[in-house]
Amino acid sequence: MTPMLTLQEVEHIARLARLTLTDEEKERFRRQLSEILEYAARLQALDTGDILPTFSVLPPQNVLRADEIQRSLDTEDILRNAAKTEKHQFRVPPVLDIP
Amino acid sequence: MNDTRDLTNLTVTDALAALRSGELSCTELVRAFLERIERLEPRLHAFITLTPELALRQAAAADRQYTRARKSGESTPPLLGIPLAVKDLLALAGVRCTCGSRILDNFVPPYSATVVQRLLDAGVVVLGKTNTDEFAMGSSTENSAYGVTRNPWNVKHVPGGSSGGSAAAVAARMTPAALGTDTGGSVRQPASFCGVTGLKPTYGRVSRFGLVAYGSSLDTVGVFARTAADVALLFSHMAGFDPRDATSVDFPLPLPCLDGKTNLKDVRIGVPQEYFIEGIQPEVEGAVKAAITHLEKLGAVVLPISLPHTEYALPVYYLIAPAEASANLARYDGVRFGPRVEAENILDLFCNTRGQLFGAEVKRRIMLGTYALSAGYYDAYYGQAQKVRTLIKQDFEKAFELVDVIAAPVAPSTAFKIGEHADDPLAMYLEDIFTLPANLAGVPGLAFPVGFDYQGLPVGMQLMGAPFGEEMLLRLAHVYQQTTTWHLQTPTGVD
Repeated sequence: MTPMLTLQEVEHIARLARLTLTDEEKERFRRQLSEILEYAARLQALDTGDILPTFSVLPPQNVLRADEIQRSLDTEDILRNAAKTEKHQFRVPPVLDIP
Repeated sequence: MNDTRDLTNLTVTDALAALRSGELSCTELVRAFLERIERLEPRLHAFITLTPELALRQAAAADRQYTRARKSGESTPPLLGIPLAVKDLLALAGVRCTCGSRILDNFVPPYSATVVQRLLDAGVVVLGKTNTDEFAMGSSTENSAYGVTRNPWNVKHVPGGSSGGSAAAVAARMTPAALGTDTGGSVRQPASFCGVTGLKPTYGRVSRFGLVAYGSSLDTVGVFARTAADVALLFSHMAGFDPRDATSVDFPLPLPCLDGKTNLKDVRIGVPQEYFIEGIQPEVEGAVKAAITHLEKLGAVVLPISLPHTEYALPVYYLIAPAEASANLARYDGVRFGPRVEAENILDLFCNTRGQLFGAEVKRRIMLGTYALSAGYYDAYYGQAQKVRTLIKQDFEKAFELVDVIAAPVAPSTAFKIGEHADDPLAMYLEDIFTLPANLAGVPGLAFPVGFDYQGLPVGMQLMGAPFGEEMLLRLAHVYQQTTTWHLQTPTGVD
């Protein structure tokens, strides 16, 4: 049986996932995720000792192409979708903590 | 063309014949669909964005091309003038692509998805972008940030999801065909709920370049129409290798040979006992079993088979898909596209934008996936799920040593009521139990109508095939439709 998630665990996952949640959301997700994980715990009853995982149904192989210069998308078309731009760049608030 | 005949009842195949002969103009055809959309859209809400100007421009160009070709004798593109709706998860250059999410509310892709471009090159006319659960996460279209789509057979019921807008639009004759995507059943289940034919191809057979990613090891692009013949025709212009999709498989193009023959004596159909479980709606079981008997009478050999790990598909899927989603959706942060929620520093900008602009189900799955991948839980959840996925895939491999196709219900019940599963995600996930295995194994699946329940809601059957076995599925469904009339029924609730 999976233990119920704690509020602290929910807050930790939300931080990892870069999601600001309201208190009401935290409590709701705590309850719902606990229920889903409890359901998923039935997988642990299966013996998979010598079974390899299937990360893709396709055979694992590198997909390569010739290293040639090709036309790519227009910068203006790309920047048009951004909320804020400046001098052909995406504008964001300070990334480093510089005074 | 005779004015009294409703043009919106034409199949793709019939419309093409009429366009080629000159009996019908593409502009007439497109206007008929646009008028029907205008009339029904307020009640059904199948679309997020309509593109009538684009459609009429494309239609006029198609008419000119047909006129030229009739004079010169030159050939025309294979789908010239055929109207198409596109799920709002696939990029169409210059047209807003929301993915059903507020986080992409104003996103206009500068390029088209390969599958969309292939169909444009084949001559289709785009009517609009259809409604979807946010980022394809849902089984009812209720998770769209742009409102729920309603089932044309009964507007109090869901159309299924996540490609519910596409399925409803085809069922309601707002378009003869539509593109969808299927990560865990999102083409087959809405096809079943809306009484139309829908194909989920083999993983890798249709390019995903320009499809907004959800669960990358599971995502496929599929198509809806009212007949298997139409689905086969569209599919033949969608499939094929694309150097821009690293998971695209170089496998010969399918050329479905749907002749008039209705003898199935060379076909072995497997019926898995695990898909006829307690709790399934009796009318669903009855209609699917009757359809299997019908195929048997046409000469098919029906064999009982077992897919013993079926019950584990649900927990496996709801760990793997959210895990992949949590990585794929990391790109939505308010910086490069979509609206942003401003903040003093970049971390708050990310967290606030995502927290406020993602809907509840998307946040739930990102949380679930992040948990399954996090330190201390990876082996127990994600790692174990990937191993059980191998067992599910092996079930199919063993089954296809015995049979050519597997026949089963699409969903345990017909379309449920809007709001029925509100705030009970696990109950909603249980709607997907019969469609998830095909995605986990990467095999193709086809859903088509085989009856109705006592409420008049359609019942669908699902055929699953070996990898790259789409032709066999389409052939069986085509033979079934040549000898039955379920697919010809029209929703009565909307007119």
